[in-house]
Amino acid sequence: MERLKEAYRAMVLARRFDAQAMALAKQGRIAAYPSSLGQEACQISVAFALRPTDWLFPTYRDGNALLTRGIDPLDVLVPVRGYQHCGYDPYVHRCAPMATPLATQALHGAGLATAARCRGEDTVALVLLGDGATSEGDFHEALTFAGVFRAPVVFVIQNNQFAISVPRARQSAAPTLAHKGIGYGIAAEQADGNDVLAVLAVLDEAVAQAREGGGPRLVELHTYRMGPHTSTDDPGRYREAALTESWRRRDPIDRLAAYLRRHGGLDDAAQAGLDLDADALAATVRAGVATPPVVAPTEVIDHVYAAPPRSLAEQRAALVAELAASDVAERGTR
Amino acid sequence: MTRTQPLTTTQPVTMAQALNRALRDAMAADERVLMFGEDVGALGGVFRITDGLAAQFGPQRCFDTPLAEAGIVGFAVGMAMYGFRPVIEMQFDAFAYPAFEQVFSHVAKMGSRTAGRVRLPMVLRVPTGGGIGAVEHHADSGEAYYAHTAGLKVLTPSTPADAYHLLRAAIEDPDPVVVLEPKKLYWARGPLDAPAQPAGLGGAVVRRPGRDVTVVTYGVTVPLALEAADLAQAQDIDLEVVDLRALVPFDDETLVASVRRTGRCVVVHEAQGFAGMGAEIAARLQERCFHSLAAPVLRVTGLDVPYPAPRLEHHHRPDVARILQAIGRLQWDDQPDVHHLGGFPPSTPAPSSAAPMPDTRASVPAPAAPLMAPTPEPAARTDPPVTVGVSAVAR
Ligand SMILES: Cc1ncc(C[n+]2csc(CCOP(=O)(O)OP(=O)(O)O)c2C)c(N)n1
Repeated sequence: MERLKEAYRAMVLARRFDAQAMALAKQGRIAAYPSSLGQEACQISVAFALRPTDWLFPTYRDGNALLTRGIDPLDVLVPVRGYQHCGYDPYVHRCAPMATPLATQALHGAGLATAARCRGEDTVALVLLGDGATSEGDFHEALTFAGVFRAPVVFVIQNNQFAISVPRARQSAAPTLAHKGIGYGIAAEQADGNDVLAVLAVLDEAVAQAREGGGPRLVELHTYRMGPHTSTDDPGRYREAALTESWRRRDPIDRLAAYLRRHGGLDDAAQAGLDLDADALAATVRAGVATPPVVAPTEVIDHVYAAPPRSLAEQRAALVAELAASDVAERGTR
Repeated sequence: MTRTQPLTTTQPVTMAQALNRALRDAMAADERVLMFGEDVGALGGVFRITDGLAAQFGPQRCFDTPLAEAGIVGFAVGMAMYGFRPVIEMQFDAFAYPAFEQVFSHVAKMGSRTAGRVRLPMVLRVPTGGGIGAVEHHADSGEAYYAHTAGLKVLTPSTPADAYHLLRAAIEDPDPVVVLEPKKLYWARGPLDAPAQPAGLGGAVVRRPGRDVTVVTYGVTVPLALEAADLAQAQDIDLEVVDLRALVPFDDETLVASVRRTGRCVVVHEAQGFAGMGAEIAARLQERCFHSLAAPVLRVTGLDVPYPAPRLEHHHRPDVARILQAIGRLQWDDQPDVHHLGGFPPSTPAPSSAAPMPDTRASVPAPAAPLMAPTPEPAARTDPPVTVGVSAVAR
């Protein structure tokens, strides 16, 4: 029950974080934002199922998994805030940068998991993917490698029914995406991705199996992307509002709230307290986004190589000179 | 080429609309033409280039594929081998990379591998480049990869009219053609009339005639070059702007003729400079008209870095100021370019218009000179070009 209360709290915070980010995107304060509204049970469970020593390989849509893993909300938003491509130190949080090129991170997860096992650790890597990403070649190669090397990696497909506009049926004729494990000799399971109890149970088991040397696992979570693909997308062009409405009745937060209330895990006072915490989180995000960090333009050059080759160092010096000159010019015109 | 309706429109159209119109007309004219890729059906593509095509031509001719770029290209190879003329969309520049092997090992090589028996009349459309505030992997300029690959033709329009005509020409071409569509120009408007010079494969166009310097560019940086030309005009430097339109095949004639007249050349492109198109162009020019050159061919390109985060992209992309500064460095006074002789790193702060000019004549090589110093006052010209440098344009 305590864990479920924690899970509920995480989902409430996640939803508010997502809504706040979406609002900021619509105001043009951050770039196109991929909302995970409706996928909260999957997102938070991923963080719940992992130990701090495990690794997470997220996609662009998994900000709420990162938030729940303890990454600062403003750092989670760094790519859409536009100053850097990744806002946190992957080694500190044991979390790879959010991957945008679809399914590419699946091989990285398999590789890291294998490396950890070679080093004698019991570290597990968990790779997040969308339903569309399972059509990419890298997904298939990752399953091939993970199977052959018996990597302690768990591939979690959040099947939210759409890849931008393209429905799940266009990605595979397989009856479920979990079926894809069979061809690679990888045990696979499915769960109702909007039922946090089911998700936690399946992920706990998969992670434990991988940790104990049972080899890789594939998990398909059936969920739904309630919002647009990103803040700039228009789902009206490709899906029926009625479909979205039908999923609203399966809302993961409503379901857990009902369960908790029935079992004495949630009352109005607790809910009010959570809402206050969510408000505070949203306020932190708003304030943080309103205060842009100071980033030196030379940052675009400084991290490309450990030590810049001479040609790049020359370009850096040129950039510095250019900035100084335009600075003087600007002051001159004032 | 068959046209369904008279082409000329009185209203200016966007490049996106021109491309859509080209696809529509090509599909109407030839039922072998197919359009497929990611989200190109009901959604009409993330940039709406395929808007309405599925509705008009049906799901057999314009359709969504599974999400797999290598799959899309490989599938198109098979269809092109067997009577169709597929036009395929890569959703974004960087998302064409999963298809690298199909493009480079099969699409480009099929003709030569089969001694000409199999031709692949297919078109790979790739929304390209930055300047639109996009997050990472949505702003790459990959033209050098494609241009370097023998067997492909590579086109890149800078106006709606060219977009229309280049895409139609690409679809009708017997060889595989990569059309790099500058995303930043998708919403730029222009007339959809017949181009000044026919836009075929391999035809560069002089966008603006001028006498002093040839600025050669393509795609997204063409408007920048034209803007630079206007500003330079105010300082009595007359820039000729050549828009390549086709990177492969390469139109040496137009470019060489221009440089023979002007004697100076600056290449501008958004992609990184190292081993980029600019290097090829500079090499071709010195091979062909060395004795006409009064100065080395200079390049104004993106920095040699992975495409930066959106709030910093303006430091990477070429801009008018950098173009004007390169113009200023074209050895108007017959002195070597301090940029390359000036030593490294610079030990003094950058001068500005307010600071005295470094006297490079007295101190070549001038170790203290900054690498992008404003050009010294020219000595030899009768109509001295006013110093152009970063201070000339507010950034
Ligand atoms: C290799 C590659 N191709 C195309 C894209 C563009 N793109 C971004 S998200 C997306 C849809 C992905 O769908 P899915 O894997 O189901 O995940 P979801 O977005 O639904 O979470 C596409 C096509 C990309 N990021 N990477």
